[in-house]
Amino acid sequence: MSALLHQLPSSCQGYAPRPSVPQQGLKGSAPQVQCRPTRILSHRTLAQAVSAPPAAPEKSKGKDKPKQQKSLTPEVAKDLYRDMFLGREFEEMCAQMYYRGKMFGFVHLYSGQEAVSTGVLRAMRPDDYVCSTYRDHVHALSKGVPAKNIMAELFGKKTGICRGQGGSMHMFSAEHNLLGGFAFIGEGIPIGLGAAFGVKYRKESIGLEGSDQVVASFFGDGTCNVGQFYECLNMASLYKLPIIFVVENNLWAIGMNHPRATGPSDPNDTEPHIWKKGPAFGMPGVLVDGMDVQKVREVAVEAVARARAGLGPTLIEAETYRFRGHSLADPDELRRKEEKEHYAARDPIPQLKKAILEGNILTQDELKEIEKDVLAEVDAAVQFAEESPKPDKAQLLENVFADPKGFGIHEDGRYKYQMPGFSSGNSALV
Amino acid sequence: MQSLLQFGRNGLRRQAQTQSLAQAWRGYATKELSVRDALNSALDEELSRDDRVFIMGEEVGEYQGAYKITRGLLQKYGAKRVRDTPITEAGFTGIGAGAAFAGLRPVVEFMTFNFAMQAIDQIINSSAKTLYMSAGTISSPIVFRGPNGAAAGVAAQHSQCYAAWYSHVPGLKVLAPYDSEDCRGLLKAAIRDPDPVVFLENEILYGTNFPVDDTIMGKDFTLPIGKAKVQREGKDITLVGFGKMVGYNLDAAKELEKEGISAEVINVRTLKPLDRETIVNSVRKTHRVVCVEEGWPQSGFTAEIVATVNEECFDDLDAPPERVTGAEVPMPYAANLEVAALPQIKDVVRVAKRCMGR
Repeated sequence: MSALLHQLPSSCQGYAPRPSVPQQGLKGSAPQVQCRPTRILSHRTLAQAVSAPPAAPEKSKGKDKPKQQKSLTPEVAKDLYRDMFLGREFEEMCAQMYYRGKMFGFVHLYSGQEAVSTGVLRAMRPDDYVCSTYRDHVHALSKGVPAKNIMAELFGKKTGICRGQGGSMHMFSAEHNLLGGFAFIGEGIPIGLGAAFGVKYRKESIGLEGSDQVVASFFGDGTCNVGQFYECLNMASLYKLPIIFVVENNLWAIGMNHPRATGPSDPNDTEPHIWKKGPAFGMPGVLVDGMDVQKVREVAVEAVARARAGLGPTLIEAETYRFRGHSLADPDELRRKEEKEHYAARDPIPQLKKAILEGNILTQDELKEIEKDVLAEVDAAVQFAEESPKPDKAQLLENVFADPKGFGIHEDGRYKYQMPGFSSGNSALV
Repeated sequence: MQSLLQFGRNGLRRQAQTQSLAQAWRGYATKELSVRDALNSALDEELSRDDRVFIMGEEVGEYQGAYKITRGLLQKYGAKRVRDTPITEAGFTGIGAGAAFAGLRPVVEFMTFNFAMQAIDQIINSSAKTLYMSAGTISSPIVFRGPNGAAAGVAAQHSQCYAAWYSHVPGLKVLAPYDSEDCRGLLKAAIRDPDPVVFLENEILYGTNFPVDDTIMGKDFTLPIGKAKVQREGKDITLVGFGKMVGYNLDAAKELEKEGISAEVINVRTLKPLDRETIVNSVRKTHRVVCVEEGWPQSGFTAEIVATVNEECFDDLDAPPERVTGAEVPMPYAANLEVAALPQIKDVVRVAKRCMGR
């Protein structure tokens, strides 16, 4: 195992294992207590970690003192707080707008998981890539896509990031290297891996200096049972591609609780651990508290550095929770109140706020200023989306092909797209 | 009837102390059933009729079904017969195919047929072809069911129609019900059928009520696979469609009636084996035909119907066969573009009139 494994961020060690809320079996069978240790285990087995007391960080070879937890600089703290607050306010505004009929179809909100998006994406470069699933609004925001264009897309307007053609589940931005936005879970992982392949190809086969972007691929616990996930873990490790796999384990895949869908990864385990699948494929697997943005950021910084240095992929499992249902159409009847309350108490935004104020990094007034600014931005986004025009009917046939000649040749020898009235006809066009 | 209003459907079942929703309905001789309840009652009856039948899919159990089609079945039949799967379409479809080879009768639910693309290898290469490859010794009595086609505002990856894809494959039977009678009869027939059946439902129709009678609610009510239905008789023009488009064609027929055009509406019901005889007999009577589908035009299902009409009753045609299909674009999200991408009733009326030379 590489020496980098020993240099684990010290802030992530020393947690005590914390039992999570018991889940009832179907016919009232005995509740099973799930033990979910929230410290990084990487190459150590679960049994060792659970039985050991919360210890001082490991001594690594060649290093005398354990690393001190670095406190945030004011700039970074502002950036993290603003990004998480924006993500939350934006999603809550989406819920309001959905129930008012301004947006429609399937809308999947990210509320509660902000620490993962902010922690990972704000530690990356603007030219790095991100690939996501249908729960992609906040990934787009953290990557730098303007809130007003995302809101306009959700309203189905011409000024949306995809001109109204994609919708909530299909956010794409070539400018921000946001590769989507996919409806099928697991579908985005090979796409992100392909971008990483492209980066490495440009570096090695074309010889382009400075081709060192990293890809962050986000997906959930349910996705870890899709075949494509395993195929990608293998190829990422085999080809040493510059990618980090970020599993947002929020314990639920619509109505399927994580232990009901996934088996253990070790014969000695009774419950599943997604991070353990990493070492099985030759890459480090890391478990991190996804409700604490500082811890996510530390892990992300390390993993991104690994990838950028050409050392290959990392599998990060972030323990997180979505406060709302799977989508705005989900009645959310299966999750217990105790579980929701437990995670609401670990809300990442108040947690960061507390850390910032207690560490005297920013003042109360500065935080209020940020909040005011964000609320104004979200309101402006809604207004922009409301006032934007709907797409013209002529837009229906645009962007089917990169080369519009793909619509074929007309009888008189000109291309069909050149004929007048080509895209304003009826819907039964051939 | 009063009890129904007071207690709702579940109260009705409790009061009547009956086995199934279907039996409760029969007792009260009530007249309407939603498509969702039609599918639910058909699954319920087939599960109780044959122990080898089981349901497998995402969210079919504890969540009561992603679209509530399997509501109540987990509570009634237990977790061994109504199985929630992980998100692993290729895996659980393969498990279903193998279980069918081993003698069981699985009903595999796809949350939508879009997701079945991840499992299509198992549907076609395993289920459809194995009887042929094994010279008739290993059969596949499996049903693949789920919503197909466009819903509302669900964008490009949730809105595709797979009628053309599946009806292309020898060895598969493909059904596309329209109303509650179709859903009950065809689903029960599909589950009892010894061949692999792809059952294309429509999400928009799930909540729609249709009239039913005692025959339809019968425990052994099945419809023949391979037989289309003349949903409405007429004499001037034939409108052919399946699923939701049958409803559009019926509405278009009402509009055309006002202009003195009598349209005959064919509900195809079975896409494969296609009942060419019913369609051709209708065209021989009316001499004109408009085929309507939601899917894309090139190599679409309607292309097959037009080819059939040309091959079998060309001399009876007074005008070239016409088609109304979806626009050849991935489904856009914006509401106004989505409407422009799909056939509307006025499009069917316009094309029917054009076919009539008006």
